[in-house]
Amino acid sequence: MTAPASLFEALEPLLAQVAKPIQYVGGEVNSVHKAWDSTEVRWVLMYPDLYEVGQPNQGTAILYEVLNELEWVMAERTFSAAPDLAALMRQAGVPQFTLENHLPVSAFDVIGVSFATELGYTNLLEALDLAGVPLHAAERGDDDPLVIGGGHAMYNPEPMATFLDAAVLGDGEQVSVAIASIVRRWKSGGRPGGREGLLKQLAFTGEVYVPSFYDVTYVPDGRISSVTPNRPGVPKRVRKNTLMDLDEWPYPKAPVVPLAETVHERYSAEIFRGCSRGCRFCQAGMVSRPVRERSIDVIGQMIDTGLRSTGLEEVGLLSLSSADHSEIGQVTKQLADRYAGSNVSLSLPSTRVDAFNIDLANELSRNGRRSGLTFAPEGGSERLRRVINKQVSEDDLLATVSAAFGQGWRSVKLYFMCGLPTETEEDVLGIADLAARVVEVGRQVSGTRDIRCTVSIGGFVPKSHTPFQWAGQAPPDVIDGRLFALRDKIRADRRYGRSIGMRYHDGRPGQVEGLLSRGDRRVGPVIEHVWRSGGVLDGWSEHFSYDRWVAATDAALAGTGVDLAWYTSRERDEDEVLPWDHLDAGLARDWLWADWQDAIGEHEVDDCRWSACYDCGVCAELDTSIQMGPTGRTLIPLARVTGRA
Amino acid sequence: MGTRQPPQQQAPPVQKLRLEYSKRGRARFASHRDFARALERAIRRAEIPMAYSSGFSPHPRISYPNAAPTGAASECEYVELGLALVVEPDWVQRVLGEALPLGLDIIRVVPAEGPSLTERLQASRWLIDVVGVPRPVMEQAVASLMGAEHVLVQRQTKAGVREFDVRPAVLALSVVDDRTLDFTGRHEVPLVRADDVVSALAGLVPAFVLARPALVTRLAQGPWLGDSIGDPLVG
Repeated sequence: MTAPASLFEALEPLLAQVAKPIQYVGGEVNSVHKAWDSTEVRWVLMYPDLYEVGQPNQGTAILYEVLNELEWVMAERTFSAAPDLAALMRQAGVPQFTLENHLPVSAFDVIGVSFATELGYTNLLEALDLAGVPLHAAERGDDDPLVIGGGHAMYNPEPMATFLDAAVLGDGEQVSVAIASIVRRWKSGGRPGGREGLLKQLAFTGEVYVPSFYDVTYVPDGRISSVTPNRPGVPKRVRKNTLMDLDEWPYPKAPVVPLAETVHERYSAEIFRGCSRGCRFCQAGMVSRPVRERSIDVIGQMIDTGLRSTGLEEVGLLSLSSADHSEIGQVTKQLADRYAGSNVSLSLPSTRVDAFNIDLANELSRNGRRSGLTFAPEGGSERLRRVINKQVSEDDLLATVSAAFGQGWRSVKLYFMCGLPTETEEDVLGIADLAARVVEVGRQVSGTRDIRCTVSIGGFVPKSHTPFQWAGQAPPDVIDGRLFALRDKIRADRRYGRSIGMRYHDGRPGQVEGLLSRGDRRVGPVIEHVWRSGGVLDGWSEHFSYDRWVAATDAALAGTGVDLAWYTSRERDEDEVLPWDHLDAGLARDWLWADWQDAIGEHEVDDCRWSACYDCGVCAELDTSIQMGPTGRTLIPLARVTGRA
Repeated sequence: MGTRQPPQQQAPPVQKLRLEYSKRGRARFASHRDFARALERAIRRAEIPMAYSSGFSPHPRISYPNAAPTGAASECEYVELGLALVVEPDWVQRVLGEALPLGLDIIRVVPAEGPSLTERLQASRWLIDVVGVPRPVMEQAVASLMGAEHVLVQRQTKAGVREFDVRPAVLALSVVDDRTLDFTGRHEVPLVRADDVVSALAGLVPAFVLARPALVTRLAQGPWLGDSIGDPLVG
């Protein structure tokens, strides 16, 4: 294919008429501009949301560098056009474009879409439509791009099956290179077997899921009867991808520096991947096992390179539970030493509730202000925390906040979920008591009434590949009822109520997320119906319409015998075929079921990093193992040569 | 924490540099805030020894007088940097130019002298692309505006619609070619922008209808010398 012409000239007059036009122009520092003809395989990487949300996404940033480092690959980015620009593009006939060279997305070989959340689904349909790429995989021809989904939502891609040519599970670094190589060989070999031939080559690897190669049948009551390959040689189950040596893949090295304002303005270094804490609600923790740490010296080098290549001043030490790195004390201390006296600030998102974290937080705030600390007990009562396996006692929590208040911190934010399995109104009201005790302890320890506790609550959404994949989701009215009762209880507390803030969202978007998380292929028409009736940007409260989703489920599921409640609030039996059972996250189904039974029985399970293996199945199934320190290594001192004339 | 003392006072700048830069092509769509972020990051990448403000969150000492609006291209934007060390202006021009994103280019760097930039940036000259308006209509509208004593326009602001007179700020306005106007305006409060002049022309002559929103480019900014704009970095 000859190089397509840039769309920028056609786009420029439209940009003068829209909000935040800077998000569409590209040209940022560290963006990669390659010549079309000098490459053989061309990718578009899409995060299906607005630039301000999508550009900071770590996964997309990693793949952008990994792919562009291959000289025969060209990878450009595209994001959702906001409704104001989308309308003008349709009017003016300007298709979905990439940011680097403003090329039409439809001219590329692969569109790789990162679904961190299911609420991005309608945004892919909008982008494909704007691109002029047929919406359904079955309608695409040899010259249309392959549309491949990745990201955590793709652990159950079934609701998107009809729109995706393929989906990949797990870490993208190696599999994206493997896909690019297969596409390269297929193109240079004269496209043997056409599009189907290419998809077969991908499917035969066992690491790329091609939904059209599997047939789904249903039993009369609506449950799935079977999911079976419909082509010879296609594996019965598709494995997730696991990157086993993070030190070998120190990405991103030089992430794109946005001109536009984005949700995160920091350099993030992933300090480890995976988590074996075993929180039963947490899909990320379950599917990303085993724990694989990055070494302290590599972390230090990534941060130095990252800050110098971007000019950013904030560093995030990223992981699912950052304080669990085996050398986190040294990592934070040595980084704090290195950047003492500079304007570089360090942050440690996702920390546990224990006093050790206060030491870390103190270290990271050496020259800054001690404003607020965040902890996530997740469940309001000890009983409920046993159910979800969040091993935090009330004493732990109070000891931790007491230490924090004693060392100058003045506000604490606590994260909880509402609608957890076995939860009662009493469990949720327990949050008010806990918050009141936090304030009480804070006032005592600090000797001031200037203490604040903010409670932030989200509705729980059961996810695939977790022990709660069988659970019934609490309907929106139940969640809302409990949240209002909690709000009233906090308001009625005369002693502490005014020091407690409460932030929550209503339960309705969570129900839609639940439908998309545990849905099957029959949910595809619902998504399409929503998009056709104008639904996009479902992650934005100003765009999300619950009524539109309800109307779409009524219309698109009519005659199937199943409905919104069937997908969300219904508890599943052990023997029910789940839509994602043919997708292998490494977890043994028997273990997940046993852990679900343990949850109901309020039995906890320990972290396998520090106690015995409990046979979740991942290491045996995928031939992987836990990789952790301590390594005893240290940060390599920076040799800085500043060429100031 | 409330009782904690702010960090020690930062030293005042030892050198001030004035930069002239352009905003072209895709970078025209950068807002003032977008540019400020890009410049501050470029300064850190280039390791320019900035002086910082005091307080809990010190900021590099940079002043941004009279930035062009989002969507406007410009050949002549100005900022002033306060530095912690004395450096060569040419070095700053080179390293900063390399560190800035596409479309933002440093044209000149000179040591700050004399009156402040804000005092010197008295007027701007703009080219306005009014594609779709017939030439006679352009001529008629320009003559009509220049002949009037007051021309009121309305602009949507955060506080609602406000009405003001654009005419006193118009120092010169002429037709360059079949789609371009040349406008020189004095910086007043409220600032009369090229967009406001387009609204004024449309208000005066109903046939003054653009095929698409006007694209504007600032050509010069500086002291008003009575018949032209002077160089704000000299004298």
